[in-house]
Amino acid sequence: MTEPLVVLKDVNKHYGDLHVLQEINLEIGKGEVVIVIGPSGSGKSTLCRAINRLETIESGTITIDGKTLPEEGKALAELRADVGMVFQSFNLFAHKSILDNVTLGPIKVRKQNKAEAEKRAMELLERVGVAHQAQKFPAQLSGGQQQRVAIARSLAMDPKVMLFDEPTSALDPEMINEVLDVMVELAKSGMTMVVVTHEMGFARKAANRVVFMADGQIVEQNTPEEFFTHPTSDRAKDFLGKILTH
Amino acid sequence: MREILNNYDVLGAFWGTIKLSILGTIGALILGTIVAVLRLSPVRVFQWIGTWYVNTFRNTPLTLLMLFSILGMSYILGIQLNTTDISSNVFRWAVVMLSVYHGAFICEALRSGVNTVPAGQSEAARAIGLTFGQSMQHVLLPQAFRGAVAPIGSTIIALIKNSTVAAVIGAGEAANLMSVVIENEGSGFSVFLTFAIGFVILTLPLGLLITRMSRRLAVKR
Repeated sequence: MTEPLVVLKDVNKHYGDLHVLQEINLEIGKGEVVIVIGPSGSGKSTLCRAINRLETIESGTITIDGKTLPEEGKALAELRADVGMVFQSFNLFAHKSILDNVTLGPIKVRKQNKAEAEKRAMELLERVGVAHQAQKFPAQLSGGQQQRVAIARSLAMDPKVMLFDEPTSALDPEMINEVLDVMVELAKSGMTMVVVTHEMGFARKAANRVVFMADGQIVEQNTPEEFFTHPTSDRAKDFLGKILTH
Repeated sequence: MREILNNYDVLGAFWGTIKLSILGTIGALILGTIVAVLRLSPVRVFQWIGTWYVNTFRNTPLTLLMLFSILGMSYILGIQLNTTDISSNVFRWAVVMLSVYHGAFICEALRSGVNTVPAGQSEAARAIGLTFGQSMQHVLLPQAFRGAVAPIGSTIIALIKNSTVAAVIGAGEAANLMSVVIENEGSGFSVFLTFAIGFVILTLPLGLLITRMSRRLAVKR
């Protein structure tokens, strides 16, 4: 494995009595695509959101490219700029056009000039296939298109790693593939990705590693091929049995 | 009624009301926004200051604030906003107190607007690396203002009518002239009607405009 880009060490978090992250240790190498799966409530989304500190942790450390996640403030904002995030509910800025959604970060955070940022944004929108919608507002686009814009918005920041928190869970079935296609292409281009998803097809096609979580713990990790065909733990067997046999 | 209009500078008095209202509105919007940002900031001390401001000024009668500005601030503490011209000093204090008082209401209207913005919007803003101030300025507040057009509009209409309270310290505006007219002419129905119509002319179109704007500016989700 290459030099780890994201390192989680002994990470713990509680929601009240619920121990949602228990002694999590995870290393993600540069260019690696890691899928996090597990039953709902297993802490996989929390894990994903903790990596850019949208969720705080109680103990342990998280480092990104050698830098420990700072406390709230300017330094944290700077670090977040290097970590792309795609949400389940897209979260495009509802009052801004598609183009402005993509250019906001580059202009305000990266201090690019407007023309330069717009040129790059149009290239990215072209890449995800929504360039012709650039002047529209998020509410005028379908879910699949909005999610592809959200991916372009993250890419515009030239992130070192991208986090996907159930990116296809809120989509109608016929729109899932258009988003997954973009993600597969992204994985092939060498982007480091952490993806919380239940899309097994994507896992097989693009992932280097599957991390299986249950009850706040990492129960098992393996290559997709091995994990899906020969799960070792009972929890994983039980889980796969439920999602693969219907 | 015509007699009143001919003998007194009613238009001039309403011009005073308009100036007071416009300046007061600008002040209240600025103050209200600042206090709202304080209340929404992650820093505990700022939140306390914001909460203190709202609780203090929302619960103090405007009449008391007006009187305090002249009797307390100007006469006792000697803080004059215009040292050479008494009526200008009074007018400026009236603007300040209108701003301070209604700023508390603007703050709360804005906070209700912020609540119309889904949590995901600020998460997305933070996730692309915007600082707290930047995500306020570019993502949260623009949507909050659009969601709060109606309550902010109500506050501005209230401010226009409340500008009459400035009469207690003798600021040059409509209610001040009205008391002069009543003093000289007696409290006839026509006096009342003249000034009432004046305020309706100021506030009714504004109300219609606000309704239209709140529909047009609403953020589609």
